[in-house]
This record gives sequence, structure tokens and C-alpha cells, in this order.
Amino acid sequence: MALPLKAIAAKRKGGGYSPPLLKGFDQGGAMDIFLQQLINGITIGSFYALIALGYTMVYGVLKLINFAHGDLFMTGSYLGLTLISMLIGAGLGNQALLLALVGVFIVVMLIVAGLGVGIERIAYRPLRRASRLAPVVSALGVAIALQNSVMLIYGPRYRVYPRGVIPPVYWQIGGLQISLLQVFVLVLSLVLMAALYYFIHYTRLGTAVRATALDHDVARLMGIDVDAIVRLIFIIGPALGAAGGIMVGLYYGRINFTLGWGYGLKAFTAAILGGIGNIPGAMLGGMLLGIFETLAAGFIPQGGAWKEAIVFLILILILIIRPRGILGERVAEKL
Amino acid sequence: MALLEVRNLTKSFGGLVAVNDVSFHVDEGEILSMIGPNGAGKTTIFNLITGVLPPDKGEIRFNGRNLVGLRPHQITELGIARTFQTIRLFPNLTVLENVMAGLHCRTKAGLWSSLFQTRVQQEEEKFIREKALEYVRFMGLEGLEFELAKNLPYGLQKRLEIARALATNPRILMLDEPAAGLNEQETSELMETITKLRDQGITIFLIEHDMKVVMGISERIIVLDNGYKIAEGTPEEIQNNPRVIEAYLGKEE
Amino acid sequence: MKAVLNYLRNLDRRILYGALIAGALLIPVIIRNDYWISALVLFGIWAILGLSLNIIVGYAGLFQLGHAAFWAVGAYTTAILNIYLKVPILVCMPISALVAAFFAILISRPILHLRGDYLCIVTIGFGEIVRLFLYNDPFKITGGVNGLRGIARPSIFGLEINTPTAYYYYVLFFVLITILAMQRLENSRLGRAWNYIREDELAAEAMGIDTVKAKLLAFALGAAWAGVAGNIYASRYTVIAPETFSFWNSVVMFCIVVLGGTGSIPGVFVGTAGMILLPELLRTILSSILEWRLLIFGIAMVAMMIFRPEGLWPHRRYRLELRREETSS
Repeated sequence: MALPLKAIAAKRKGGGYSPPLLKGFDQGGAMDIFLQQLINGITIGSFYALIALGYTMVYGVLKLINFAHGDLFMTGSYLGLTLISMLIGAGLGNQALLLALVGVFIVVMLIVAGLGVGIERIAYRPLRRASRLAPVVSALGVAIALQNSVMLIYGPRYRVYPRGVIPPVYWQIGGLQISLLQVFVLVLSLVLMAALYYFIHYTRLGTAVRATALDHDVARLMGIDVDAIVRLIFIIGPALGAAGGIMVGLYYGRINFTLGWGYGLKAFTAAILGGIGNIPGAMLGGMLLGIFETLAAGFIPQGGAWKEAIVFLILILILIIRPRGILGERVAEKL
Repeated sequence: MALLEVRNLTKSFGGLVAVNDVSFHVDEGEILSMIGPNGAGKTTIFNLITGVLPPDKGEIRFNGRNLVGLRPHQITELGIARTFQTIRLFPNLTVLENVMAGLHCRTKAGLWSSLFQTRVQQEEEKFIREKALEYVRFMGLEGLEFELAKNLPYGLQKRLEIARALATNPRILMLDEPAAGLNEQETSELMETITKLRDQGITIFLIEHDMKVVMGISERIIVLDNGYKIAEGTPEEIQNNPRVIEAYLGKEE
Repeated sequence: MKAVLNYLRNLDRRILYGALIAGALLIPVIIRNDYWISALVLFGIWAILGLSLNIIVGYAGLFQLGHAAFWAVGAYTTAILNIYLKVPILVCMPISALVAAFFAILISRPILHLRGDYLCIVTIGFGEIVRLFLYNDPFKITGGVNGLRGIARPSIFGLEINTPTAYYYYVLFFVLITILAMQRLENSRLGRAWNYIREDELAAEAMGIDTVKAKLLAFALGAAWAGVAGNIYASRYTVIAPETFSFWNSVVMFCIVVLGGTGSIPGVFVGTAGMILLPELLRTILSSILEWRLLIFGIAMVAMMIFRPEGLWPHRRYRLELRREETSS
């Protein structure tokens, strides 16, 4: 009589949409397979990167690992599902749907951003000066509550994303195949990341964010409203995660309320890999992880079953051997 | 042979050289002060000696024995104890429990003797408690044994930190700015305590800014500036050393 | 309510303990309901788990969110030894404890220096790796997703323990031993060392305490006891499967310790009652509440950290503080 778990919720998602693997086209040699997997890997990597950015920004400013972030990403996924289904139900044709997609993204990102700010205000702000234990427990509590809320509202089974929202157009370049969906995902991700990078490094507000990440008290002395900056972080991070969530739904075709857990872990590993608190690091880490995962699954037999374990192992090894990641500064050790 | 010998000690952080080829020694039974402007590298030297940081280059010998590469608790076991510039007590533990920490390395009851409460362990517990009370009394904290450390006023907290360090039964006691934040009376009491400790055979090595204390009780002084040792000598020699005067002096409290 | 709790806390401890133990011994006589006695057996197993994690999280102050892995190691060691090699359950128990302890030392050594939230993530990672290992069963001994079945019941001098009431006293015995051991550890040199490490690790190290050894011991002891709990669990249910040793259950254990009162033995019992018994009680009253259970727990975790971070039944030293606040306000 162990605590009954929802057995329906298997840990692994995916399978609805298979990334192009040279179906029906001429298979070039191993090189082509490799390049194909590379493209797939970069696509998946951009999901990880978007989510990783949320972790890294919150950590950079608050030194807090927002365990709930993965679930915010998942919420975005579900909200996207609801909106798109509503639009289809309202009779929108394919052309209009494509345009409306932009609106869907914006609306979902705003809602999830609002959720993020709310969470920060209720569960994190009161604990800012508390012990190290309290924010961790609180973050876990939020993650559990959020995940379960979604389950209660949408049910424990997999939900299917409407197919063909992005028309299944494929291009062939040499022995490689790229779909419109992949291009869409890649372009959107890159645009969002570039926008964030520009914001952080080339605007006044972005500089304020960086200053707050370095030292709250000094930033305050410089006239920066630290609370507002924190709110901003909790708008941008979850919004990016939500965008990633919708993209995952479109790409893989089906979602589940446990999505946040798996992606969250991988995105967090990506953030650590690139260097936690470092924005280009999160992007780099996400890409690397995506590429590694796709190549490993493609070339190692039985790789799929151990995917999560491998990711965890990578995470642990990084923290032991080089905790600062590729681009970051030393943070993980006690002194 | 000196009790503690430091030779060519060097430490950098990134591009900044915090301690630059510093050599000095501490003789048994003396009171040695290390002074210098802020940022001169004094606390870093403390951290290097006590094993908190590894040196880039140099030798540290205690009683002829090499200290580099040892962990801090091993160095404490050998007989070097320290206090911290910003007080690092155990805030939610009582005064008595704080002092008992120092006795940990002088006792040895382990897992099994604790679980089975052997007679040896029971006697050791009694010993720890009694010894701790002695140190509490010595530093003038009687009556406060069961107060939480975080509730003590600043001056008493500083005394508690010294009591805790004393409990490790050190041969050298390293004090990092023990007079910081103390008023005149507390400072005089501190000077008396330090002298009393020296008279009981404990070598004292301290970092201090308060010149009344430094000039008042030190037998020898080392002066650091920007990571370099720029002077060494008796209080009179230091007071008249032009390099020292140039670097910094005149912080009479 | 608060007055009642305060009164209870201040009673002469020996009278209180005597009464509690007498009461515990009499429960199967008073409650002649097998379902509830079985529930109490489960409560006992979780209490031991909570007390074992209390060493790591409560005393030493280390974040450990993968404790179910040690529980699993204990349970599977017992199961494998018993099913394949016919080793009697009671003999399996110390072996399970040792294997779990050894495993703990192996994995904790390289990560001891990590800071709080990172240690947290890494322990989650280890917990999941263990679970995935059990699930994927690469060496074909763990039974994969279906786990292992046919574990024997413990027998003492030929008498087999296989009724709820017998199990109740069996588990009660171990619970009492565990409490005794914990109390002795708390007030020992080792227990104090853990307190010092929890309060300020650098200062502890500077005062001559071998923090690495103390932390390793915390992990090893916590794992050993979880291993014992695993042995008891395996023989009680005769079937074990990977899904029991999940991250969620690690979270439950963690909550039991933190929400009950970090570092406090009575706190662990309060926490266990809240996380294990309460849902059972509510289940009979409101069947739909089960679905909402996780949501409620999530909210409760946040609320506790904001309003009562020291837990429901905090350790004595924090109660001193609370009492002072109460009398002054």
C-alpha cells in the first residue's frame, strides 16, 4: 500500500510527431544521417535553451533555483492547446490560423508571465531573507501545486495538439530534409533569444538587471528598484518558457502534465552546462544538450530508456568537475 | 626555531596578487601583531595559514611541520586556533554549546560509543562540559551559558569567539581584529585578556587596526601593504619607520 | 489548541514518554480493526524513514531529496538476497543497512562540498538514476517495472510474523529503538558536530571538526536506517516495485522532516502523521480528496515556509525562541 501514484502519467513524452528522418527520400550516407540528427538536435536544443534561460535569469538575480519553472513551461503548453483548439473550433481557416498563431503566442506568454509574477509575489518574495531551506521547499511546493492544478483541470491523460497548424511543408537540401515546422521553431527561438540578448546587454533596463544580479544592495543604492527588476525577471523567464511550451506541443503533437518535470530537468542541466546565471551560456548549453541527446538516441542502441539517467549523470559530473559550466563563474561550492 | 615559520608566501585571486612573497616567523610565547591598511592581505594570510585557502607558492611550517595541503581541522588539531574578522559563531546554539565545539578535536568519542553510551563516552561528556564551563568563566561569560549566541551583544559575542577558540587548547591563538567595534573599556579588558593568555603560555598572533592595542601589548609588529611585507620590528622601530608612516599610520583610536 | 500543545510540551518528559509507550503498546488491543493497524504499521515504517532522513537534513543540515534511493537499496538488497539466495529476512536486515550505507558513502563523497540548492538537485538526480536503474534492470535481477515478488516474512525463532498485529509490535520495536538511537546521537559529540556544521560549516572546520567525515557519517547513518526501513517494507508487502521509490516519495520524506520540525524527533512523528495518516483518514471521509491531495500538499509546503518555517513541532532550542515571542506579545 504505497502512496498511489497516477500510473497513467508515464515519464516520457513525445512520439506524436517524428522529426524528419529521411522518410521516403534518398538516404545519403552516415554523414547525411549525422547532419539530419544535427538539425533535429538544434531544434530540440532551442526548446531547452528557451526554458534554460528562465532558470538562469532567476538564478542570476535571486540565487534561487525556481523548481516551478518547468511547470510554467508546461502550463504554457496547455494554454496554447486550449487557445488553438478554441480558434479552430471558431472555424478559423488555415491561413487565418497561421496569423492567429502569433496572437496565441503573445496571449499565452502574457498569461504565464502573470502566473510567474504571482508566484514570485506569493511564494518567493516573503522568503527572500529566510534560511536557505525555506525557498527550496517553497519552490518545490509551487511546482507540485502547479503540476497538480493542471492535472485537475485538464485530466491526467495525454492531450493531443491539433495537427497541421503549421502546414507540413518539407524542403530537401541535398540528402537533408527540413520541415517548415522546424524552420518556424528555430527562427522563433532565435528571434526571442536575440531579443533577450539585446535587451540584457544593450538597454538601460538590461543593465539594471545585470547590476541587480551582481549585488542587490548596491543596485538599490544606485536607485534601481530591485523588486521591479525581480518582477521583470519573472515576466521574461516564464514567458520564454511558455513560448517553448507551445513549440513543444506543435512539434511533438502531444503533451502531458508531467512534461515540466522532464524538460525542466534537462533545461536546468543545460543552464548549468552553459554556466548558471549566464545568458549566452543557457543558450549554448541548451543547444549542446539538444544535439547530444539526439545524436545519442540516434546512434546508441537502447539509448532512449536511459535518456534521463544520462542527463542526470551529465549534471552531476558537471557539478563535480566544473561547476561553473562552460561560460559561468564559480558558484556551486560552499565556502 | 620559531614556532610558526612562513616563507615566500604568495597568493593571487585572478589577476590580483593579494599576498606577495611574504616571509615572517612567530616565536613561541610572544605577542605578534600584523598591521596594515585595509586590503593589505592580512586576513588572506590568516586564511592561508589555517588552511582555508591554498597558497600559490611558499612554505608554512608549524613546529617544523609543513602545513600546506592540510585541511583546516587538521591544522587546528595541531594547535593553531583562530577567530574571524566578522564573527562566525553558531548563532542558534547556546554559549556553552559554542564553546564545546572547540573541545571536539580534543576528544574522541565516535559513533558506536555514542550509541551505546559507554562509560568512556559518559566520562568524556562530563569532561567536555566541565572544561567548557571553565572557558566560559575565564572569558567572563558566566550566567550566560544557556543564552543563544545570536542574542548576545556584540562585545560578548567577540568574547565568546575567543572562548571557543581557546577550547581547542591551541599553542598559537590567531585573532583577527579582536578589538573591532569595542569601546574603550572593552578594549582594555581585551588587552588584559590577551596578556593573561600569553602569560599562560599561549602564543598570540593578531591582526589589528586599533593602534592603542597594537602598540600597547605587542612585542613585535609586522607591517603589510598591498600584499608586501614592508617592515618588521618592535613597536618603537615601527613607529619611526618612514615606509610605514608613508603607507599608513596615525590611526590612533 | 496552542495552549494544549504547550501544556503537552512542558510535561515532565519521562511521564510523557511512559504514557506514550504504554499507549502504543495498547493500541492493537483498543483498536481491533486490521485496516487501521496496518495503516499504523505503514506509519511506523515512514516514521523510521523520516527519522533516518532527519539525521541528514535535520541534524547535519544537508539537502537530500533522493532519500528514497537508500530506501530502495535496502528493500531490493533484502528482496534479492531473500528470493535468490534464500537468506532469512532478519539476517538480510543488517546486510541491507550496510549495503545502503556503503552506497551512500560512495555517492555522497564527491558531492559533499556542493552548496544547498545544488546538493538538492544532485540528490534528486541520484534518486532518479537509482529508480531508472531498477526500472530498466540492465543486469536482470531487479525485475524491471514489475519489481520483485515472493519476499518472505520475517521469523523469530521459527515464529513467523504475518498478521497485522504481529507486524505492529515488530515495527513498534524498531521505531522505539530508532528513537532511542536518535536521542543518544543528538546529545553526543557526533550530534553536536552535525549541529555545528549545520550552523556554520567553515567555522566548524576551523574549530577542528572534520566536516567531511561528519557529513559522510550523516549520509551513511541516514542511509543505513532507510535500508532497515526498506527491509521491513519489503517483508511486509512481499512485493516491491520501482514506482514506490520515486522522487515524489523522497519529497514526502523531506516534507515529513521539514514541515514536522527540522531536527526534532517528535516533529518527525507529527510530520509523518500529517503526510501519511491524514490522507488515510480523509480518504474514508472524502474519497475525492485524493485527487486534490497533491495540490493541497503543494500549497501547504509554501504556506508552512512562510508562516511557520521551523515546523509544526520544532526542536527544543527553537521553542525557547517561540515561547519568548509568545510571552512578550
